[in-house]
Amino acid sequence: MEALEGFFAWLYSEHGINLTIGYDAYDRDRFLHGVWTTALLSVLSICCSLLIGAVGALAQSSPLGVLRVFMGAFIAFFRNTPPLVQLYFFFFAIGTVLRVTGENGLPQPLISNFGWAVISLSLFAGALNVEIFRSGIEAVPKSTIEAARALGFNRLQTYLYIVLPLAIRVALPALGTNLVNLVKTTTLAYAIAVPEILYVSAQIWSDELNVREMMNILLLSYIALVAIMVWALHRWERALRIPGYGG
Amino acid sequence: MRRAWRPAPGAAPVKGALPVLLPFRAPRSGGVTRHEKLFNGWTAGGMILLMAGILISPVIAQNQIGPEALLSIPVVLAKWTPVLLGGFGFNVLISILAMGIGTVLGVGLGILQVSPLGAIRRTAWIITQFFRNSPWLVLLFYCILLIPFQLNILGLEIPFPAWIKAVIGLSLPVMAYMSEYMRGAIQSIPTGHWESAAALGLSRGQTLREVILPQTVKRIAPSWMNLYAILTMATPLVSIVGVSDVMTLTRSALAAEGRVDLLIPMYLYILGWFFIYCYPISRLTLRLERKFALKL
Repeated sequence: MEALEGFFAWLYSEHGINLTIGYDAYDRDRFLHGVWTTALLSVLSICCSLLIGAVGALAQSSPLGVLRVFMGAFIAFFRNTPPLVQLYFFFFAIGTVLRVTGENGLPQPLISNFGWAVISLSLFAGALNVEIFRSGIEAVPKSTIEAARALGFNRLQTYLYIVLPLAIRVALPALGTNLVNLVKTTTLAYAIAVPEILYVSAQIWSDELNVREMMNILLLSYIALVAIMVWALHRWERALRIPGYGG
Repeated sequence: MRRAWRPAPGAAPVKGALPVLLPFRAPRSGGVTRHEKLFNGWTAGGMILLMAGILISPVIAQNQIGPEALLSIPVVLAKWTPVLLGGFGFNVLISILAMGIGTVLGVGLGILQVSPLGAIRRTAWIITQFFRNSPWLVLLFYCILLIPFQLNILGLEIPFPAWIKAVIGLSLPVMAYMSEYMRGAIQSIPTGHWESAAALGLSRGQTLREVILPQTVKRIAPSWMNLYAILTMATPLVSIVGVSDVMTLTRSALAAEGRVDLLIPMYLYILGWFFIYCYPISRLTLRLERKFALKL
Protein backbone atom coordinates (compact mmCIF):
# COMPACT_ATOMS: atom_id res chain seq x y z
CA MET A 1 0.00 0.00 0.00
CA GLU A 2 2.79 2.37 0.96
CA ALA A 3 4.66 1.58 -2.24
CA LEU A 4 1.53 2.29 -4.24
CA GLU A 5 1.03 5.60 -2.45
CA GLY A 6 4.67 6.38 -3.10
CA PHE A 7 4.16 5.65 -6.77
CA PHE A 8 1.21 8.06 -7.04
CA ALA A 9 3.11 10.74 -5.10
CA TRP A 10 6.03 10.25 -7.48
CA LEU A 11 3.64 10.48 -10.46
CA TYR A 12 2.52 13.88 -9.19
CA SER A 13 5.94 15.27 -8.32
CA GLU A 14 7.69 14.01 -11.45
CA HIS A 15 5.00 14.13 -14.13
CA GLY A 16 2.38 16.47 -12.67
CA ILE A 17 -0.33 13.80 -12.84
CA ASN A 18 -2.21 14.56 -9.65
CA LEU A 19 -4.15 11.41 -8.78
CA THR A 20 -5.12 12.30 -5.24
CA ILE A 21 -7.23 9.16 -4.91
CA GLY A 22 -3.94 7.23 -5.17
CA TYR A 23 -2.10 8.77 -2.21
CA ASP A 24 -4.66 10.67 -0.19
CA ALA A 25 -6.66 8.41 2.14
CA TYR A 26 -9.52 10.90 2.51
CA ASP A 27 -10.04 11.26 -1.23
CA ARG A 28 -9.67 7.54 -1.77
CA ASP A 29 -12.34 6.77 0.80
CA ARG A 30 -14.65 9.33 -0.76
CA PHE A 31 -14.10 7.87 -4.19
CA LEU A 32 -14.57 4.26 -3.09
CA HIS A 33 -17.73 5.27 -1.28
CA GLY A 34 -18.92 6.85 -4.53
CA VAL A 35 -18.21 3.62 -6.43
CA TRP A 36 -20.14 1.69 -3.79
CA THR A 37 -23.10 4.11 -4.01
CA THR A 38 -23.21 3.82 -7.79
CA ALA A 39 -23.09 0.03 -7.55
CA LEU A 40 -25.86 -0.03 -4.95
CA LEU A 41 -27.96 2.43 -6.96
CA SER A 42 -27.48 0.34 -10.10
CA VAL A 43 -28.29 -3.00 -8.46
CA LEU A 44 -31.38 -1.70 -6.66
CA SER A 45 -32.69 0.08 -9.77
CA ILE A 46 -32.05 -2.99 -11.92
CA CYS A 47 -33.97 -5.25 -9.53
CA CYS A 48 -36.90 -2.85 -9.18
CA SER A 49 -37.05 -2.16 -12.93
CA LEU A 50 -37.06 -5.90 -13.71
CA LEU A 51 -39.91 -6.34 -11.25
CA ILE A 52 -41.84 -3.45 -12.83
CA GLY A 53 -41.15 -4.94 -16.26
CA ALA A 54 -42.43 -8.40 -15.33
CA VAL A 55 -45.53 -7.16 -13.49
CA GLY A 56 -46.23 -4.57 -16.20
CA ALA A 57 -46.03 -7.14 -18.98
CA LEU A 58 -48.49 -9.33 -17.08
CA ALA A 59 -50.80 -6.34 -16.64
CA GLN A 60 -50.54 -5.54 -20.34
CA SER A 61 -51.77 -8.98 -21.31
CA SER A 62 -54.57 -8.87 -18.73
CA PRO A 63 -58.17 -9.25 -19.85
CA LEU A 64 -59.02 -5.98 -18.08
CA GLY A 65 -59.10 -3.16 -20.63
CA VAL A 66 -58.62 -0.43 -18.03
CA LEU A 67 -55.41 -2.00 -16.78
CA ARG A 68 -54.05 -2.29 -20.32
CA VAL A 69 -54.81 1.33 -21.15
CA PHE A 70 -53.24 2.42 -17.87
CA MET A 71 -50.07 0.44 -18.61
CA GLY A 72 -49.99 1.92 -22.11
CA ALA A 73 -50.21 5.45 -20.74
CA PHE A 74 -47.55 4.68 -18.11
CA ILE A 75 -45.14 3.39 -20.76
CA ALA A 76 -45.86 6.23 -23.19
CA PHE A 77 -45.31 8.81 -20.47
CA PHE A 78 -42.04 7.44 -19.10
CA ARG A 79 -40.60 6.64 -22.50
CA ASN A 80 -41.26 10.04 -24.01
CA THR A 81 -40.23 12.44 -21.27
CA PRO A 82 -36.67 13.29 -20.20
CA PRO A 83 -35.43 11.12 -17.31
CA LEU A 84 -33.81 14.16 -15.69
CA VAL A 85 -37.10 16.06 -15.58
CA GLN A 86 -38.77 12.93 -14.19
CA LEU A 87 -36.15 12.83 -11.45
CA TYR A 88 -36.67 16.52 -10.66
CA PHE A 89 -40.41 15.97 -10.67
CA PHE A 90 -40.10 13.17 -8.12
CA PHE A 91 -37.49 14.78 -5.93
CA PHE A 92 -38.40 18.46 -5.98
CA ALA A 93 -42.15 18.30 -6.61
CA ILE A 94 -43.43 15.13 -4.97
CA GLY A 95 -40.56 14.95 -2.47
CA THR A 96 -41.38 18.44 -1.18
CA VAL A 97 -45.00 17.57 -0.66
CA LEU A 98 -44.27 14.19 0.96
CA ARG A 99 -42.87 15.30 4.30
CA VAL A 100 -43.31 14.04 7.81
CA THR A 101 -42.58 15.77 11.06
CA GLY A 102 -39.26 14.55 12.37
CA GLU A 103 -38.10 14.05 15.94
CA ASN A 104 -36.96 17.65 16.29
CA GLY A 105 -40.32 18.96 15.13
CA LEU A 106 -39.07 20.11 11.74
CA PRO A 107 -40.51 18.66 8.54
CA GLN A 108 -38.34 15.83 7.26
CA PRO A 109 -38.46 14.34 3.78
CA LEU A 110 -40.17 10.97 3.84
CA ILE A 111 -37.89 9.49 1.19
CA SER A 112 -34.19 10.39 0.90
CA ASN A 113 -32.60 11.60 -2.32
CA PHE A 114 -31.09 8.14 -2.80
CA GLY A 115 -34.57 6.64 -2.47
CA TRP A 116 -36.02 9.02 -5.05
CA ALA A 117 -33.17 8.26 -7.43
CA VAL A 118 -33.93 4.52 -7.15
CA ILE A 119 -37.67 5.11 -7.64
CA SER A 120 -37.26 7.44 -10.58
CA LEU A 121 -34.63 5.32 -12.36
CA SER A 122 -36.64 2.13 -11.77
CA LEU A 123 -39.79 3.63 -13.24
CA PHE A 124 -37.92 5.00 -16.24
CA ALA A 125 -36.11 1.74 -17.00
CA GLY A 126 -39.14 -0.33 -15.92
CA ALA A 127 -41.34 1.31 -18.58
CA LEU A 128 -38.86 0.21 -21.23
CA ASN A 129 -38.58 -3.25 -19.65
CA VAL A 130 -42.35 -3.74 -19.96
CA GLU A 131 -42.10 -3.30 -23.72
CA ILE A 132 -39.09 -5.61 -23.90
CA PHE A 133 -40.77 -8.32 -21.83
CA ARG A 134 -43.90 -8.00 -23.94
CA SER A 135 -41.95 -8.60 -27.14
CA GLY A 136 -40.44 -11.67 -25.45
CA ILE A 137 -43.87 -12.91 -24.37
CA GLU A 138 -45.21 -12.51 -27.88
CA ALA A 139 -42.46 -14.82 -29.10
CA VAL A 140 -43.67 -17.65 -26.83
CA PRO A 141 -45.75 -20.02 -29.01
CA LYS A 142 -49.49 -20.04 -28.35
CA SER A 143 -49.44 -23.83 -28.26
CA THR A 144 -47.08 -23.77 -25.28
CA ILE A 145 -49.50 -21.61 -23.32
CA GLU A 146 -52.43 -23.80 -24.39
CA ALA A 147 -50.53 -26.89 -23.29
CA ALA A 148 -49.90 -25.28 -19.90
CA ARG A 149 -53.58 -24.41 -19.55
CA ALA A 150 -54.51 -27.96 -20.53
CA LEU A 151 -52.26 -29.24 -17.76
CA GLY A 152 -54.28 -27.19 -15.30
CA PHE A 153 -52.02 -24.16 -14.73
CA ASN A 154 -54.01 -21.01 -14.06
CA ARG A 155 -53.20 -17.66 -15.73
CA LEU A 156 -50.70 -16.53 -13.09
CA GLN A 157 -49.00 -19.91 -12.89
CA THR A 158 -48.74 -20.12 -16.68
CA TYR A 159 -47.16 -16.69 -16.70
CA LEU A 160 -44.74 -17.37 -13.84
CA TYR A 161 -43.62 -20.90 -14.68
CA ILE A 162 -44.04 -21.17 -18.45
CA VAL A 163 -44.21 -17.83 -20.24
CA LEU A 164 -41.81 -15.66 -18.24
CA PRO A 165 -38.84 -18.06 -18.20
CA LEU A 166 -39.10 -18.44 -21.98
CA ALA A 167 -39.76 -14.73 -22.58
CA ILE A 168 -36.71 -13.70 -20.56
CA ARG A 169 -34.50 -15.79 -22.79
CA VAL A 170 -35.88 -14.18 -25.96
CA ALA A 171 -35.77 -10.68 -24.49
CA LEU A 172 -32.33 -10.95 -22.93
CA PRO A 173 -30.29 -9.10 -25.61
CA ALA A 174 -32.66 -6.10 -25.60
CA LEU A 175 -32.93 -6.31 -21.83
CA GLY A 176 -29.15 -6.20 -21.54
CA THR A 177 -28.92 -3.04 -23.63
CA ASN A 178 -31.55 -1.39 -21.46
CA LEU A 179 -29.90 -2.40 -18.19
CA VAL A 180 -26.52 -1.11 -19.38
CA ASN A 181 -28.30 2.13 -20.26
CA LEU A 182 -29.75 2.19 -16.78
CA VAL A 183 -26.28 1.94 -15.22
CA LYS A 184 -25.22 4.87 -17.38
CA THR A 185 -28.34 6.82 -16.39
CA THR A 186 -27.46 6.53 -12.67
CA THR A 187 -25.21 9.59 -13.28
CA LEU A 188 -28.42 11.65 -13.23
CA ALA A 189 -28.52 11.14 -9.47
CA TYR A 190 -25.74 13.77 -9.44
CA ALA A 191 -28.46 16.37 -10.02
CA ILE A 192 -30.11 15.61 -6.68
CA ALA A 193 -26.80 15.31 -4.80
CA VAL A 194 -26.66 11.54 -4.36
CA PRO A 195 -22.97 10.87 -3.61
CA GLU A 196 -22.29 8.51 -6.54
CA ILE A 197 -19.05 8.41 -8.56
CA LEU A 198 -19.75 11.50 -10.63
CA TYR A 199 -20.73 13.53 -7.58
CA VAL A 200 -17.70 12.57 -5.49
CA SER A 201 -15.41 13.08 -8.47
CA ALA A 202 -16.80 16.58 -8.91
CA GLN A 203 -16.16 17.20 -5.22
CA ILE A 204 -12.61 15.93 -5.51
CA TRP A 205 -11.80 17.98 -8.59
CA SER A 206 -13.23 21.11 -7.01
CA ASP A 207 -11.07 20.55 -3.91
CA GLU A 208 -7.87 19.41 -5.58
CA LEU A 209 -8.19 21.14 -8.97
CA ASN A 210 -7.25 17.97 -10.83
CA VAL A 211 -10.12 18.06 -13.34
CA ARG A 212 -8.28 16.31 -16.14
CA GLU A 213 -7.10 13.35 -14.07
CA MET A 214 -10.40 12.82 -12.26
CA MET A 215 -12.33 13.10 -15.54
CA ASN A 216 -10.30 10.32 -17.09
CA ILE A 217 -10.55 8.17 -13.96
CA LEU A 218 -14.30 8.77 -14.01
CA LEU A 219 -14.69 7.74 -17.64
CA LEU A 220 -12.55 4.65 -17.09
CA SER A 221 -14.59 3.72 -13.99
CA TYR A 222 -17.83 3.86 -15.95
CA ILE A 223 -16.38 1.89 -18.82
CA ALA A 224 -15.17 -0.72 -16.32
CA LEU A 225 -18.63 -0.84 -14.69
CA VAL A 226 -20.33 -1.24 -18.06
CA ALA A 227 -17.80 -3.89 -19.07
CA ILE A 228 -18.50 -5.89 -15.90
CA MET A 229 -22.20 -5.54 -16.58
CA VAL A 230 -21.90 -6.69 -20.19
CA TRP A 231 -19.74 -9.64 -19.13
CA ALA A 232 -22.23 -10.68 -16.43
CA LEU A 233 -25.15 -10.43 -18.85
CA HIS A 234 -23.26 -12.48 -21.38
CA ARG A 235 -22.62 -15.18 -18.80
CA TRP A 236 -26.25 -15.12 -17.78
CA GLU A 237 -27.38 -15.38 -21.39
CA ARG A 238 -25.18 -18.42 -21.92
CA ALA A 239 -26.26 -20.05 -18.67
CA LEU A 240 -29.95 -19.63 -19.55
CA ARG A 241 -29.67 -20.82 -23.13
CA ILE A 242 -31.93 -23.70 -24.09
CA PRO A 243 -30.57 -25.50 -27.16
CA GLY A 244 -32.85 -24.88 -30.09
CA TYR A 245 -34.93 -22.21 -28.41
CA GLY A 246 -34.72 -18.47 -28.85
CA GLY A 247 -31.60 -18.54 -31.04
CA MET B 1 -69.31 -30.98 -68.40
CA ARG B 2 -70.06 -30.69 -64.76
CA ARG B 3 -68.18 -27.84 -63.13
CA ALA B 4 -66.53 -29.09 -59.94
CA TRP B 5 -64.87 -26.84 -57.40
CA ARG B 6 -62.53 -24.46 -59.22
CA PRO B 7 -59.15 -23.56 -57.81
CA ALA B 8 -58.56 -19.90 -57.16
CA PRO B 9 -57.34 -18.00 -60.23
CA GLY B 10 -53.61 -18.13 -60.38
CA ALA B 11 -53.27 -21.28 -58.30
CA ALA B 12 -51.97 -24.39 -60.03
CA PRO B 13 -54.73 -26.97 -60.57
CA VAL B 14 -53.97 -29.94 -58.38
CA LYS B 15 -55.91 -33.19 -58.42
CA GLY B 16 -57.96 -33.59 -55.30
CA ALA B 17 -57.41 -29.99 -54.10
CA LEU B 18 -60.57 -29.46 -52.13
CA PRO B 19 -61.34 -26.41 -50.01
CA VAL B 20 -61.53 -28.60 -46.95
CA LEU B 21 -57.89 -29.51 -47.42
CA LEU B 22 -56.77 -25.90 -47.56
CA PRO B 23 -54.69 -24.86 -44.56
CA PHE B 24 -56.41 -23.13 -41.72
CA ARG B 25 -56.42 -19.42 -42.40
CA ALA B 26 -53.59 -18.00 -40.34
CA PRO B 27 -54.56 -15.09 -38.12
CA ARG B 28 -53.73 -11.74 -39.62
CA SER B 29 -50.23 -10.78 -38.60
CA GLY B 30 -48.71 -7.34 -38.77
CA GLY B 31 -52.16 -5.78 -38.69
CA VAL B 32 -53.71 -3.66 -35.99
CA THR B 33 -53.96 -5.68 -32.81
CA ARG B 34 -56.69 -5.30 -30.25
CA HIS B 35 -54.24 -3.71 -27.89
CA GLU B 36 -53.47 -0.98 -30.40
CA LYS B 37 -57.11 -0.37 -31.23
CA LEU B 38 -57.78 0.25 -27.58
CA PHE B 39 -54.62 2.11 -26.79
CA ASN B 40 -53.46 4.77 -29.19
CA GLY B 41 -52.12 8.27 -29.01
CA TRP B 42 -55.50 9.73 -28.17
CA THR B 43 -56.22 7.53 -25.18
CA ALA B 44 -52.68 8.08 -23.91
CA GLY B 45 -52.99 11.85 -24.23
CA GLY B 46 -56.38 11.74 -22.56
CA MET B 47 -55.07 9.66 -19.66
CA ILE B 48 -52.17 11.99 -19.09
CA LEU B 49 -54.39 15.08 -19.19
CA LEU B 50 -56.73 13.35 -16.77
CA MET B 51 -53.88 12.46 -14.44
CA ALA B 52 -52.58 16.03 -14.56
CA GLY B 53 -56.08 17.29 -13.91
CA ILE B 54 -56.52 15.04 -10.89
CA LEU B 55 -53.19 16.16 -9.49
CA ILE B 56 -53.85 19.84 -10.04
CA SER B 57 -57.55 20.01 -9.14
CA PRO B 58 -57.23 19.88 -5.31
CA VAL B 59 -54.67 22.64 -5.56
CA ILE B 60 -57.00 24.81 -7.60
CA ALA B 61 -59.85 24.15 -5.18
CA GLN B 62 -57.62 25.13 -2.29
CA ASN B 63 -56.66 28.34 -4.03
CA GLN B 64 -60.22 29.43 -4.61
CA ILE B 65 -61.13 28.95 -0.98
CA GLY B 66 -57.87 30.41 0.33
CA PRO B 67 -58.09 33.82 1.98
CA GLU B 68 -55.13 35.48 0.26
CA ALA B 69 -55.74 36.38 -3.37
CA LEU B 70 -53.29 34.01 -5.04
CA LEU B 71 -53.38 33.52 -8.77
CA SER B 72 -54.74 30.16 -9.77
CA ILE B 73 -52.27 27.58 -11.10
CA PRO B 74 -53.28 27.74 -14.80
CA VAL B 75 -52.91 31.54 -14.75
CA VAL B 76 -49.41 31.27 -13.29
CA LEU B 77 -48.46 28.62 -15.84
CA ALA B 78 -49.80 30.79 -18.66
CA LYS B 79 -47.82 33.74 -17.30
CA TRP B 80 -44.55 31.84 -17.49
CA THR B 81 -45.30 30.11 -20.80
CA PRO B 82 -43.56 32.61 -23.13
CA VAL B 83 -40.32 32.46 -21.09
CA LEU B 84 -40.38 28.69 -20.83
CA LEU B 85 -41.25 28.34 -24.50
CA GLY B 86 -38.09 30.29 -25.33
CA GLY B 87 -36.08 27.89 -23.18
CA PHE B 88 -37.72 24.89 -24.79
CA GLY B 89 -36.89 26.32 -28.21
CA PHE B 90 -33.27 26.50 -27.12
CA ASN B 91 -33.40 22.82 -26.13
CA VAL B 92 -34.78 21.95 -29.54
CA LEU B 93 -32.03 24.01 -31.18
CA ILE B 94 -29.36 22.17 -29.17
CA SER B 95 -30.88 18.82 -30.10
CA ILE B 96 -30.98 19.69 -33.82
CA LEU B 97 -27.38 20.95 -33.86
CA ALA B 98 -26.07 17.98 -31.87
CA MET B 99 -28.01 15.59 -34.11
CA GLY B 100 -26.54 17.21 -37.23
CA ILE B 101 -22.96 17.05 -36.01
CA GLY B 102 -23.39 13.59 -34.52
CA THR B 103 -24.97 12.19 -37.68
CA VAL B 104 -22.25 13.47 -40.01
CA LEU B 105 -19.44 12.22 -37.72
CA GLY B 106 -21.26 8.96 -37.00
CA VAL B 107 -21.81 8.08 -40.66
CA GLY B 108 -18.11 8.68 -41.29
CA LEU B 109 -17.08 6.58 -38.30
CA GLY B 110 -19.53 3.84 -39.28
CA ILE B 111 -18.01 3.61 -42.76
CA LEU B 112 -14.55 3.43 -41.19
CA GLN B 113 -15.81 0.52 -39.10
CA VAL B 114 -16.21 -1.58 -42.23
CA SER B 115 -12.93 -0.42 -43.78
CA PRO B 116 -10.84 -3.14 -45.40
CA LEU B 117 -7.85 -1.97 -43.35
CA GLY B 118 -7.77 -3.79 -40.02
CA ALA B 119 -6.07 -0.97 -38.12
CA ILE B 120 -8.64 1.65 -39.15
CA ARG B 121 -11.48 -0.77 -38.46
CA ARG B 122 -10.24 -1.51 -34.95
CA THR B 123 -9.58 2.15 -34.12
CA ALA B 124 -13.06 3.14 -35.28
CA TRP B 125 -14.53 0.28 -33.26
CA ILE B 126 -12.68 1.37 -30.10
CA ILE B 127 -13.80 5.01 -30.52
CA THR B 128 -17.39 3.90 -31.08
CA GLN B 129 -17.45 1.60 -28.05
CA PHE B 130 -15.79 4.21 -25.85
CA PHE B 131 -18.36 6.91 -26.55
CA ARG B 132 -21.28 4.49 -26.64
CA ASN B 133 -20.53 3.10 -23.21
CA SER B 134 -19.79 6.33 -21.35
CA PRO B 135 -22.68 8.11 -19.66
CA TRP B 136 -23.97 11.18 -21.49
CA LEU B 137 -23.59 13.37 -18.44
CA VAL B 138 -19.93 12.43 -17.96
CA LEU B 139 -19.19 13.23 -21.62
CA LEU B 140 -20.95 16.57 -21.16
CA PHE B 141 -18.79 17.37 -18.14
CA TYR B 142 -15.75 16.30 -20.10
CA CYS B 143 -16.48 18.71 -22.93
CA ILE B 144 -17.60 21.60 -20.72
CA LEU B 145 -14.54 21.45 -18.46
CA LEU B 146 -11.79 20.41 -20.83
CA ILE B 147 -12.53 22.32 -24.04
CA PRO B 148 -10.95 25.80 -23.81
CA PHE B 149 -13.40 28.69 -23.79
CA GLN B 150 -11.68 30.24 -26.78
CA LEU B 151 -9.27 29.14 -29.46
CA ASN B 152 -6.50 31.22 -31.00
CA ILE B 153 -5.93 30.23 -34.59
CA LEU B 154 -3.52 32.53 -36.47
CA GLY B 155 -4.33 35.44 -34.22
CA LEU B 156 -8.03 34.85 -34.76
CA GLU B 157 -9.95 34.41 -31.55
CA ILE B 158 -12.75 31.93 -31.83
CA PRO B 159 -14.88 31.98 -28.69
CA PHE B 160 -16.41 28.73 -27.46
CA PRO B 161 -19.42 29.57 -25.31
CA ALA B 162 -20.63 26.88 -22.92
CA TRP B 163 -23.67 25.99 -24.99
CA ILE B 164 -21.54 25.15 -28.05
CA LYS B 165 -19.40 22.92 -25.85
CA ALA B 166 -22.60 21.30 -24.62
CA VAL B 167 -23.69 20.69 -28.22
CA ILE B 168 -20.34 19.01 -28.90
CA GLY B 169 -20.69 16.98 -25.70
CA LEU B 170 -24.13 15.74 -26.71
CA SER B 171 -23.07 15.00 -30.27
CA LEU B 172 -20.35 12.54 -29.15
CA PRO B 173 -22.69 9.76 -27.96
CA VAL B 174 -24.95 10.46 -30.96
CA MET B 175 -21.92 9.91 -33.16
CA ALA B 176 -21.17 6.58 -31.48
CA TYR B 177 -24.75 5.29 -31.74
CA MET B 178 -24.97 6.45 -35.36
CA SER B 179 -21.71 4.66 -36.10
CA GLU B 180 -23.10 1.40 -34.72
CA TYR B 181 -26.34 1.74 -36.71
CA MET B 182 -24.32 2.49 -39.83
CA ARG B 183 -22.12 -0.57 -39.37
CA GLY B 184 -25.18 -2.75 -38.77
CA ALA B 185 -26.95 -1.36 -41.84
CA ILE B 186 -23.94 -1.79 -44.12
CA GLN B 187 -23.36 -5.33 -42.89
CA SER B 188 -27.04 -6.20 -43.36
CA ILE B 189 -26.77 -5.61 -47.10
CA PRO B 190 -26.14 -8.92 -48.88
CA THR B 191 -22.55 -9.47 -50.03
CA GLY B 192 -23.97 -10.10 -53.49
CA HIS B 193 -24.42 -6.35 -53.90
CA TRP B 194 -20.73 -5.72 -53.30
CA GLU B 195 -19.78 -8.52 -55.66
CA SER B 196 -22.13 -7.35 -58.43
CA ALA B 197 -20.83 -3.80 -58.09
CA ALA B 198 -17.25 -5.08 -58.32
CA ALA B 199 -18.22 -7.15 -61.35
CA LEU B 200 -19.61 -4.00 -62.99
CA GLY B 201 -16.24 -2.37 -62.50
CA LEU B 202 -17.17 0.06 -59.71
CA SER B 203 -14.42 1.05 -57.30
CA ARG B 204 -14.90 0.69 -53.54
CA GLY B 205 -15.78 4.36 -53.18
CA GLN B 206 -18.28 4.18 -56.02
CA THR B 207 -19.84 1.03 -54.62
CA LEU B 208 -20.29 2.68 -51.25
CA ARG B 209 -21.66 5.92 -52.65
CA GLU B 210 -23.92 4.59 -55.35
CA VAL B 211 -24.94 1.12 -54.22
CA ILE B 212 -24.54 0.56 -50.50
CA LEU B 213 -25.18 3.89 -48.78
CA PRO B 214 -28.48 4.68 -50.55
CA GLN B 215 -29.78 1.33 -49.35
CA THR B 216 -28.76 1.96 -45.76
CA VAL B 217 -30.88 5.13 -45.51
CA LYS B 218 -34.09 3.15 -45.30
CA ARG B 219 -32.70 0.75 -42.73
CA ILE B 220 -31.33 3.51 -40.53
CA ALA B 221 -34.27 5.94 -40.68
CA PRO B 222 -36.30 4.42 -37.79
CA SER B 223 -33.28 4.09 -35.47
CA TRP B 224 -32.16 7.57 -36.42
CA MET B 225 -35.48 9.08 -35.43
CA ASN B 226 -35.51 7.10 -32.21
CA LEU B 227 -32.03 8.42 -31.48
CA TYR B 228 -33.25 11.95 -32.07
CA ALA B 229 -36.02 11.45 -29.53
CA ILE B 230 -33.48 10.09 -27.02
CA LEU B 231 -31.20 13.07 -27.68
CA THR B 232 -34.04 15.54 -27.18
CA MET B 233 -34.80 13.88 -23.87
CA ALA B 234 -31.12 14.22 -22.93
CA THR B 235 -30.96 17.98 -23.62
CA PRO B 236 -32.12 19.00 -20.10
CA LEU B 237 -28.78 17.57 -18.93
CA VAL B 238 -27.11 20.77 -20.12
CA SER B 239 -28.79 22.58 -17.23
CA ILE B 240 -26.64 20.51 -14.84
CA VAL B 241 -23.42 21.74 -16.43
CA GLY B 242 -24.54 25.36 -16.26
CA VAL B 243 -26.09 26.08 -19.64
CA SER B 244 -29.37 27.94 -19.23
CA ASP B 245 -32.16 25.88 -20.77
CA VAL B 246 -35.82 25.14 -20.10
CA MET B 247 -34.98 23.33 -16.84
CA THR B 248 -32.96 26.26 -15.51
CA LEU B 249 -35.78 28.64 -16.42
CA THR B 250 -38.37 26.39 -14.81
CA ARG B 251 -36.46 26.29 -11.57
CA SER B 252 -35.93 30.06 -11.62
CA ALA B 253 -39.64 30.54 -12.25
CA LEU B 254 -40.45 28.26 -9.33
CA ALA B 255 -38.01 30.13 -7.11
CA ALA B 256 -39.52 33.45 -8.18
CA GLU B 257 -43.03 32.29 -7.38
CA GLY B 258 -41.92 30.57 -4.19
CA ARG B 259 -45.05 28.46 -3.87
CA VAL B 260 -45.03 24.82 -2.84
CA ASP B 261 -48.38 24.12 -4.52
CA LEU B 262 -46.89 25.17 -7.87
CA LEU B 263 -44.13 22.53 -7.88
CA ILE B 264 -46.10 19.52 -9.14
CA PRO B 265 -48.13 21.33 -11.85
CA MET B 266 -45.06 23.17 -13.14
CA TYR B 267 -42.91 20.05 -13.50
CA LEU B 268 -45.84 18.18 -15.05
CA TYR B 269 -46.30 21.06 -17.46
CA ILE B 270 -42.68 20.80 -18.66
CA LEU B 271 -42.92 17.00 -18.82
CA GLY B 272 -46.04 17.48 -20.93
CA TRP B 273 -44.16 19.63 -23.42
CA PHE B 274 -41.43 17.08 -23.86
CA PHE B 275 -44.10 14.42 -24.20
CA ILE B 276 -45.93 16.37 -26.90
CA TYR B 277 -42.66 16.86 -28.78
CA CYS B 278 -41.31 13.31 -28.44
CA TYR B 279 -44.44 11.17 -28.61
CA PRO B 280 -45.24 11.85 -32.30
CA ILE B 281 -41.62 11.03 -33.15
CA SER B 282 -41.80 7.66 -31.41
CA ARG B 283 -45.17 6.86 -33.06
CA LEU B 284 -43.72 7.75 -36.46
CA THR B 285 -40.66 5.60 -35.72
CA LEU B 286 -42.92 2.65 -34.99
CA ARG B 287 -44.85 3.21 -38.21
CA LEU B 288 -41.67 3.53 -40.28
CA GLU B 289 -40.25 0.38 -38.69
CA ARG B 290 -43.35 -1.56 -39.70
CA LYS B 291 -43.45 -0.11 -43.19
CA PHE B 292 -39.82 -0.83 -43.94
CA ALA B 293 -39.85 -4.22 -42.23
CA LEU B 294 -42.28 -5.50 -44.87
CA LYS B 295 -40.31 -4.23 -47.83
CA LEU B 296 -36.81 -5.24 -46.84
